[in-house]
Amino acid sequence: MNEHKNIHKSVLGILVQNQPGVLSHVAGMFAARGFNIDSLVVGRTEDPTISRMVIVTSGDQATLEQIRKQLGKIVTVVKVRNYSEEECVERDLLLIQIHCPSEKRTELSQLAGVFRGTVVDVGPRSVTVQLTGPEKKIEAFIDLARPYGILQMARTGVIAIPRAQQIKETSVSE
Amino acid sequence: MAECTHSSCARNAHAQSPPPLPPQEVKSVWKGAEILYRELQDQGVDTIFGYTGAAILPLLDVLYKGQEKENYLSERINHMGKSQTKRPAAQPAAQDCNSPLTEPGKNWKGAEILHQSLLDENVKDMFGYTGGAVLPIFDALYKSPINFILTRHEQGGAHAADAYARATGKVGVVLATSGPGATNLVTGLATAHMDSIPMVAITGQVRSDLIGNDAFQEADMTGITRPITKHNVLVHDIRDLARTIREAFHIARTGRPGPVLVDIPVDISNQTTAGPLDKEMALPGYRPRFKGHLRQIQLAADAINKAQNPVLYVGGGVIISEASDLLRELALKAGIPVTTTLMGLGAFDENHPLALKMLGMHGTAYANYAVQECDLLIAIGARFDDRVTGKVETFAQNAKIIHIDIDPASISKNVRVDIPVVGDAKQILTDLIKMIEPNDRSVWLDKIKEWKQKFPLRYDQENCSNIKPQYVIESLGRLANGDAIVTTGVGQHQMWTAQFFNYNTPRQLITSGGLGTMGFGLPAAIGAQVGRPDKIVIDIDGDASFSMTLMELATIAQYKLPIKIALIRNTFQGMVRQWQEMFYGRRYSQTKMVLPDFCKIAEGFGIKALCIQDKTQVQDVIRESLKYPGPVLMDFEVEPEENVWPMVAPAKSLHEMELGRLA
Repeated sequence: MNEHKNIHKSVLGILVQNQPGVLSHVAGMFAARGFNIDSLVVGRTEDPTISRMVIVTSGDQATLEQIRKQLGKIVTVVKVRNYSEEECVERDLLLIQIHCPSEKRTELSQLAGVFRGTVVDVGPRSVTVQLTGPEKKIEAFIDLARPYGILQMARTGVIAIPRAQQIKETSVSE
Repeated sequence: MAECTHSSCARNAHAQSPPPLPPQEVKSVWKGAEILYRELQDQGVDTIFGYTGAAILPLLDVLYKGQEKENYLSERINHMGKSQTKRPAAQPAAQDCNSPLTEPGKNWKGAEILHQSLLDENVKDMFGYTGGAVLPIFDALYKSPINFILTRHEQGGAHAADAYARATGKVGVVLATSGPGATNLVTGLATAHMDSIPMVAITGQVRSDLIGNDAFQEADMTGITRPITKHNVLVHDIRDLARTIREAFHIARTGRPGPVLVDIPVDISNQTTAGPLDKEMALPGYRPRFKGHLRQIQLAADAINKAQNPVLYVGGGVIISEASDLLRELALKAGIPVTTTLMGLGAFDENHPLALKMLGMHGTAYANYAVQECDLLIAIGARFDDRVTGKVETFAQNAKIIHIDIDPASISKNVRVDIPVVGDAKQILTDLIKMIEPNDRSVWLDKIKEWKQKFPLRYDQENCSNIKPQYVIESLGRLANGDAIVTTGVGQHQMWTAQFFNYNTPRQLITSGGLGTMGFGLPAAIGAQVGRPDKIVIDIDGDASFSMTLMELATIAQYKLPIKIALIRNTFQGMVRQWQEMFYGRRYSQTKMVLPDFCKIAEGFGIKALCIQDKTQVQDVIRESLKYPGPVLMDFEVEPEENVWPMVAPAKSLHEMELGRLA
């Protein structure tokens, strides 16, 4: 099964029963079978009995296929979708504390503005910026912030939902 | 092959402060096992307890210090780490839930809910052991119509429940207490999980308010058993209990079956709640697929109709889905030879000319040659295990592969499949047979006939004064008229039992295939005999396997189960020894067994025992034992260094198998 050694990234949307132990069923399966987890987010959905997990994983085609099938076997997993194969909205949230002497405050706040980020906290020698967007945008901002000195940062990991059908059609026609 | 924990060896560290990995040592290439060995030395490890096994052979080899070392050791009082002496017709699923539980007007204790739920699931027999956290449950079972078999160890209970399921097709049930009782089930659950056996394990748990506090006899069982169960649940609310038990049985027996563990805190067993209780299942994510996709079935049928040299490769799935008759119909109609995995033995009558017997590492030469030369491989309910495929890249290299399996994750996991058909074997075969054109395939079958004549399974008893293990097993098969249920441990005796017993009906061989659990045979015989009191049950066991769980002789004696035990005593952990002979220069590190007098042990339990050393007595002893109404131990002293042939060495291709020497 080593024909396809091309590593792909895959964003999986997994609806699970909102029950104790579900996270361990899912995360344990990844660990036991040696699959990667780049990020994992769990949160509630419109249905209180169902939670949505978004897992970013990577591997060759055969591995990604196995991951999907093995997820499908977990009793508490209700549905698995591969968001990488369809149009979907992906968002990551970043909180980043950047080293910032007072004279640089305007510059940094403008930079955040370009990315539609907001300054959510200001200290004597630092600012904290909140930024949402697809992963690429977040990473671009982090790269720009690096020269100032990143004091600490936190990211939620990607969450995603599929686009509505009509939007999908327009985006295809574009 | 064997149960692998640690190697058993005792050693002496050189000095008080052992040197670190020395740079001055010229050695620059290290084996992983040597690095581990050095690290153990550096940590001042003086004695190791454990057991051998294929997965730790390299480490055992590093630990091997030759015979003189062993003598030296016996002079030291330092204790060696000895082996730890320690009716067909599948059950109808409870579709409707007409249960007293769903009627109003009665108060129920948690333990009573459990008991009533078991009755609702038609449970007739269960296995297990008592303990503090299951006291209320045992109280509810006190005057129960359910027949309870008290094994002497929870592992025995788990294996017995597993074998009960294998022998009858019903769900096996085991009950154990919290903490050590529950952790003792782990090997049994893993065994059942690997072989897809429907089983429900009920464990007690400490009081809800103590969970997570490291309470007395607490263990996180849902955490521990996550990778070795099909599903597991910790019950949080007494109102969920009835539904949870129903779901557990449903999950265990449907789809690709497997063990389900339900962990019940003792306070929930003790609580009381008012009926009616909800038994409606809430499993939105559990939808096993039964019907195969018709287009895929048509593709498979076309491939079969076109194939010149097809082979059916059949696994335990055919037995689980009760599809043996359909398999026979397909094979005969289309003239396709059938080879089975270890788990599939019995799915096809081995006396039929189309039977190729077992394939794989210790399969027949003709099965392996047929697989390697076929142009179409039809896998049904099998999962391309590494013991079957050998080197994956060259497995059935020129063949198109059809894979029929109920588990989509089995498809294209190890071997790329051309035509997958997901669903239940019985339903798919029903549809498939209608699309198949009759064919006699005489050229292909003639070739197979030739292989069969040229490379039969063989052994030489005539020129050997000791009893040959194969002779014992072949005689057992012949004298039991192919009508007995056979259980085994794991190792050489298991492979000979697979090769020489000759199976003709499903559920006849009960053996730990996937996990390879030594010590499985004796408790499995208990489960099989309880489930099938109408059958003769024979435990064909190795001396080392038997030593692991022989306390269950007490269970056999207590319940007067007329089990026949055929002990193949070669005074070695034979399979590991064979690998050491072949791949480790005959350095028999820790594989020589120092054995007790098994006949005296059996007699101590009140079990009839026969010790056999003379090859001319073998058949008479077997005849006598099969006729004897109670349990018997037949202790056969056999040729100690006999090897299992043929053999495909690990990571070699099937056609590179060694046929072995007649010695």
